[in-house]
Amino acid sequence: MYIKFLLSMSLLLCSTLSVAATGKLLATPGVSQIEGSAGGGLVPWAQLAGYASEDEWAVNGFCSRADVTDYRLDACGMQLNLFNRVELSYAVQQFDVPALNTEIEQSITGAKVRLYGDIVYSQWPQLSVGVQHKSLEDGTVAKLVGAKNTSGTDVYLAASKLHLGALAGYNWFWNVTTRYSKANQLGLLGYGGANEGSHILLEASSAVFLSRELAVGIEYRQKANNLGLGEQDWRDLFIAWIPNKHMSVTAAYLDLGRIAGVNNQTGWYLSVTGYW
Amino acid sequence: MKLSVFIFCCLNLLAGCTTQPNTSLYQQLGERAGLEKLTDSFIAQIGNDNQVFHYFEHSNISHFRQGFISHLCSLAEGPCEYKGDSMVAIHTGMNINEKDFNHVVDLLINAMNEQNIPHTVQNKILAKMAPLRGEIIKI
Repeated sequence: MYIKFLLSMSLLLCSTLSVAATGKLLATPGVSQIEGSAGGGLVPWAQLAGYASEDEWAVNGFCSRADVTDYRLDACGMQLNLFNRVELSYAVQQFDVPALNTEIEQSITGAKVRLYGDIVYSQWPQLSVGVQHKSLEDGTVAKLVGAKNTSGTDVYLAASKLHLGALAGYNWFWNVTTRYSKANQLGLLGYGGANEGSHILLEASSAVFLSRELAVGIEYRQKANNLGLGEQDWRDLFIAWIPNKHMSVTAAYLDLGRIAGVNNQTGWYLSVTGYW
Repeated sequence: MKLSVFIFCCLNLLAGCTTQPNTSLYQQLGERAGLEKLTDSFIAQIGNDNQVFHYFEHSNISHFRQGFISHLCSLAEGPCEYKGDSMVAIHTGMNINEKDFNHVVDLLINAMNEQNIPHTVQNKILAKMAPLRGEIIKI
């Protein structure tokens, strides 16, 4: 409800603004990842959301759905890009477990700062540091499965680069992210647990642009098994369509492995981002 | 594993379709005639643009045309040497920002599309031009 209000407010706000930020090249901001930061689908990237260059600001809104064998996750959120230096984001996730008739809601407040570079023009990759503070609406399920906390803060360092014409003339993109996190399944099952090991996790994405508007790629996100429920690494195969600097649509095939003791959680992902 | 093999195969397929052995970038751009047509399209794009036209308002068009053609030719490793002013000398005092620079890139892409230059050839010439940005913006 809250997020719908936010989105409609932002639409209203943006419809009154005649000048949209367009200072980046098409598709270079990436799309919106599942926790609300600019990224791919699963992984936050070094780019800041939206088309703002260093003299502009931008507002974006997105909604995403991941539908796997036994669960469904919906996420909607917004990002604010200030002068391509700072990205602020807010997202709400709703995790449905139809078999248990249960819904888990989590809110995520994020910030990302660009430390160096530009994915297209700088000699070295663009580098950003970010945080995602996540908080469960109701921690009952998290506590039930053995999580220590119902909120937590992830910190990540991301590097990304677009290599023009690098693969037989096609543009090649890659991103590597290192994350510190205690989250169980994004935090939807709480934070920490009896089986805690390393909290440093590796994430990566790679994509090829078949045209200015169309990219296909893969993602990988390492997961910790803090609860001892056999949590597995995530991966996806995605296609993103960016017809103009005002919208993007991403579809993906997901392999999320074992979730809360249930194996083989594969399925589909769809995400739409609007840029103002 | 299966996924990466699949991706690898796709990439090989792409490579197979587009690799043109013994064809230089200059040739892929249509040699001298191709570069002239591309430059004319680019000039027309700039002439019709409200955002960046003012940077070019006082330039001599035929001087710009000759300079741009010979610069492209030399970047594409064609049989010419760019002898015009340096990028820094040309752009000093213009104070071009990131946004306007990217807008000019967009106009160049429009011009390449107009001239039906293949996507992969576009990327190769853009890759040659991108490192020059530091000698062009914010000076």
